[in-house]
Amino acid sequence: MTSRVRKVVFLVAGGMLALLLVWGLAGLPHFGAAHAVDGTMLNQVSVRERHITDVVTAVNFDYRGFDTVGEEFIFFAAVLGVALLLRPQSGEGSGHHNDFATGRAVPPTSDALRVLGLGLTPPTVLFAFYIVAHGHLTPGGGFQGGVILATGVLLIYLAGELDDLHGLYTERALERSEAIGAGGFVAVGLLGVAAGSAFLENVLPLGQLGSVFSAGMVPLINLCVGLEIAAGLVLLMTTFLHQTIVLRRLVRTRRTTTDASP
Amino acid sequence: MTPLQVTILVLVGVGGTCVVFTRDPLRQAMVASLFGILLAIMFFVLQAPDVALSEIVVGAVALPLMILLSLAKIRGGER
Amino acid sequence: MRFLPYGVAIWLFMVGLYGIVTSRNLVHQIISLSVVQASTYVLLMTVGFRTGAAAPVFADIPTSRAAVDPVVQALSLTDVVVGATVSALLLAIAVQIHKKTGTLDPEDLRGAPDL
Repeated sequence: MTSRVRKVVFLVAGGMLALLLVWGLAGLPHFGAAHAVDGTMLNQVSVRERHITDVVTAVNFDYRGFDTVGEEFIFFAAVLGVALLLRPQSGEGSGHHNDFATGRAVPPTSDALRVLGLGLTPPTVLFAFYIVAHGHLTPGGGFQGGVILATGVLLIYLAGELDDLHGLYTERALERSEAIGAGGFVAVGLLGVAAGSAFLENVLPLGQLGSVFSAGMVPLINLCVGLEIAAGLVLLMTTFLHQTIVLRRLVRTRRTTTDASP
Repeated sequence: MTPLQVTILVLVGVGGTCVVFTRDPLRQAMVASLFGILLAIMFFVLQAPDVALSEIVVGAVALPLMILLSLAKIRGGER
Repeated sequence: MRFLPYGVAIWLFMVGLYGIVTSRNLVHQIISLSVVQASTYVLLMTVGFRTGAAAPVFADIPTSRAAVDPVVQALSLTDVVVGATVSALLLAIAVQIHKKTGTLDPEDLRGAPDL
């Protein structure tokens, strides 16, 4: 099937699908009249029941916590897949960073970038911890704070070089942190089983509304999820960086000798 | 619907079209980053601050970073 | 005008699919896939919206105030992060394909090349 035929087939089939979607979505309640029975009820009861003010975090980690365990393990599996796919293979080895710039020096990082990176990294990391810790009070939580923490580490790489990252953590520590985060979520859920109720049932004392130590298990779960997402994303970044900058095919001697011959 | 909501929805639609019709992957990564920010503004306008937080960091930083690194690896091997 | 949000969701879905079907570059396909994912976020947010309501965070507003649906926001929130990670997995596959076969064109990859 040539690409023109494929385009025509898609336009016909896609047009029919679009018509079906329009017909289907026209039957929904119009924009702005949310028919959400669950959502309305949750908005009204969760502040009183769980002493939590951010209802989205309550839904994510308390009322529908089991779905979040599943999502977290999808994340874990995806990071595992990337680490497996981009591992050093036979015929590849560590090369020097300046391999492709033979004959000219690699320009150093500009001063503006270094100053900006130096200035922005501490507030970013602090902000990430704040978002993770206050996930049950204001918008935030483990997922958002974890990604912001990974961005802080990325700023360090942007302002410096790859070797600076190697001085910051070892890959083993990252893998262990990610595993502790993922396993910690399940372990906190098992606290509920140990206390005699269901898995992920909120059994810790609920505390006072509005303080950081409220809402039972939700702050603990936020910490575990934040650790796992941050470690997983930094691992992802490091794998890609290692693959792009360090790994080289080991059969490059052929090319350099033909370049040197007259 | 308020004019703000109409504007941002139309911008999101136009942004998605631009992302698809930019054929060069390097330029497409930049347009995708901009599309991520437009999506985050749309989430904000529709009263969803948690999702907007996620989308800002992921769509504007993490995803274009990985696209750029993959492209650097692919182009580096071509030379 | 009331159908505009649903229309944008359908349009993004169709455009993303068109990009995937007619693409000549694997990385372009992966980014078009993220546009298709964005259409589902638009649809979910639209379904949960309530006119004149506030965000479902009751730190400084009374519980009696109307708020938008928190359940669809919880669904979209985890999906954004996990979707980007799965896109990273697809990019890793694309990098390996380029290493083994030297091409990123889906047309040239037909017929199961020996990887």
